[in-house]
Amino acid sequence: MTQFLIRRLLLTFPVMVGILLVTFIITRLVPGNPCYVMLGERATVAACDDFMHRYGLDKSIPEQFIRYVANLMKGDFGESIKDHRPITTIISERLPMTMELTILAMLFASTFGILLGVISALNRNSFIDTLTMIGANIGVSMPVFWLGLLLAYVFALMLKGTPFVLPPSSRLTAGMSLAPLTKTWGLGTPTGIGGFLLGLMSHSAILNGLLTANFALVGDALRHLILPAAAVGTISLAVIARMTRSSLLDVLGQDYIRTARAKGLIYRLIITRHALRNALIPIVTIIGIQTGGLLSGAVLTETIFSLPGVGSRMVEAILGRDYPVVQGFSVIIALIFVFTNLIVDFSYAFLDPRIRLE
Amino acid sequence: MSEAVVQLQGEQISARGSLYTQSFRRLFRHRSAQLGMVMLGLLVLCAIFAKQIAPYDPRSVLKGVKRRDTPCIHLLGCPRDEPQHLMGIDGNSRDFFSRVLYGARLSFQIGISTITFAILVGGVLGAVAGFLGRPVDDMIMRSLDVLMAFPSLLLAIAIVAVLGPGLLNALLAIAIIEIPIYARVVRASVLSVKELDYVAASRALGATKMRLLFTRILPNALTPLIVQGTLGIATAILSAAALSFLGLGAQPPIPEWGLMMGEERNSVFNAPHLVFFPGLAIMVTVLSFNLIGDGLRDALDPRLSGQKVS
Repeated sequence: MTQFLIRRLLLTFPVMVGILLVTFIITRLVPGNPCYVMLGERATVAACDDFMHRYGLDKSIPEQFIRYVANLMKGDFGESIKDHRPITTIISERLPMTMELTILAMLFASTFGILLGVISALNRNSFIDTLTMIGANIGVSMPVFWLGLLLAYVFALMLKGTPFVLPPSSRLTAGMSLAPLTKTWGLGTPTGIGGFLLGLMSHSAILNGLLTANFALVGDALRHLILPAAAVGTISLAVIARMTRSSLLDVLGQDYIRTARAKGLIYRLIITRHALRNALIPIVTIIGIQTGGLLSGAVLTETIFSLPGVGSRMVEAILGRDYPVVQGFSVIIALIFVFTNLIVDFSYAFLDPRIRLE
Repeated sequence: MSEAVVQLQGEQISARGSLYTQSFRRLFRHRSAQLGMVMLGLLVLCAIFAKQIAPYDPRSVLKGVKRRDTPCIHLLGCPRDEPQHLMGIDGNSRDFFSRVLYGARLSFQIGISTITFAILVGGVLGAVAGFLGRPVDDMIMRSLDVLMAFPSLLLAIAIVAVLGPGLLNALLAIAIIEIPIYARVVRASVLSVKELDYVAASRALGATKMRLLFTRILPNALTPLIVQGTLGIATAILSAAALSFLGLGAQPPIPEWGLMMGEERNSVFNAPHLVFFPGLAIMVTVLSFNLIGDGLRDALDPRLSGQKVS
């Protein structure tokens, strides 16, 4: 088991190097002189030389790459061209929102996806099965942003005046704000990794509220996240439901299930202890794969619900040609994705003894 | 016993004809594929005859109409003396139905062109990787793994960031993110048949490497490629719409569904039809490709031959 985990962990290193290489190349591929791209067409030669020197762009490409990686290792992601703020600060402000949205969407998708899939599989070819599978087919074919807009229309406008009305935009209700944890706890201004983590926690409305026992804040933040999370999670929900159904049907047809039934085990126990656990392996894989889709969906949905997350900032950066921000965000998102896949692989080891013994 | 014989005969009867005729027969009997094909057929007709069906030019600004006006359909009680606008008027006083109709044309072009590109490039890479084996295989596949380490749409966004917003660049970005999928599919098929006797026999007869690859090995990759390609068109259409929605793909005044929704997303509360119809069009198109893809997967799977597919 340990061997499997270590081997899997080592395998992520080449991928991470690849990610760094790709993000490095992407910004070097920008057509034209980077100086004019970043400082504008009217930059003077002296300003350009100074700029190239400051960012090490006058060095050879391999040297630049080493410098880039070394800076990242130190936690230095560079600074935004637009407002000259460190990218790590921007990440600590923007990432929590996206993470909250992605995690909530994933919870929504897995809970309902597995539930619907199990119900469909146990009532194969029934009315509810057909209905679920038709719904799943429609679910995977919907554009996330369309669903988001429709949900906003239904829950914010059509249901106005009912208890089901939900806010269609922004992170918190006007008047509510997030106090930095450093201020609440009187910690001064910590720097380095501690400061970064505190920044992340402060900007996560849910975490901040929980840590400071401000439950009104948590409730408000959750209410604002319901619609976006439902929009982001629906595609994954459909995929997970389909996968759960076919996986469970596959397992239910196997000999050991018949044996379990023959020895008189209660049907409910056969499903929960014997069938579902084995059926979960492909489902967990799918949930892992879906994380990428959820992150992409979060990016699209943030722009609809005007949520201050990574996605809306990244689009802003692209349209404003703020390349260091694009680069920094790409690295972070790719790392999160790789990390999720790592967790998925680790969870196999717990679910499937065959992998443990290999 | 007698039942088994009858069943066997039944299978023999149903197994008549070449493998492809059988597959086609199964596809046409597949219920969801039937639905998908009908939907796709209608959409293709709309795309081909967009010019004949559309009452107005999709880019021309109409005079004397109210901006973001609701649909006016004579059959549903709209006064006969008013001009008919099946899907209403958009924010730039253009007939929305005509724009949605022309959008079908664009969507098919987007889906088919990106996937063709991805299949060609990915197919060649996968074939070379599988056929030549290590170390070329490792080099190609590990590089493609890195591409897959990014969430696909975000990688497309990053690529567009470099190339600059625009429909062509968005298409290129989508094609690039799809390449690893096809490379994997082709590589897997190549690996599965490369060592088989019939390939060895062909090699012994003096067939060149190119001939082996193209006439003996690659035809095996065709089936999974067709299935993956059909589903891929659906994904490509969704991704392209997403990029255009964010303002990174098609630029105004192109009648692209994603862009149309992006332009009108702030008016969703007072003119929901302007968001509803393009999204519905995307959904129906993507759904039809998904249904056909699922049907193809079942129909082309030889293990299911002779079985009733639903």
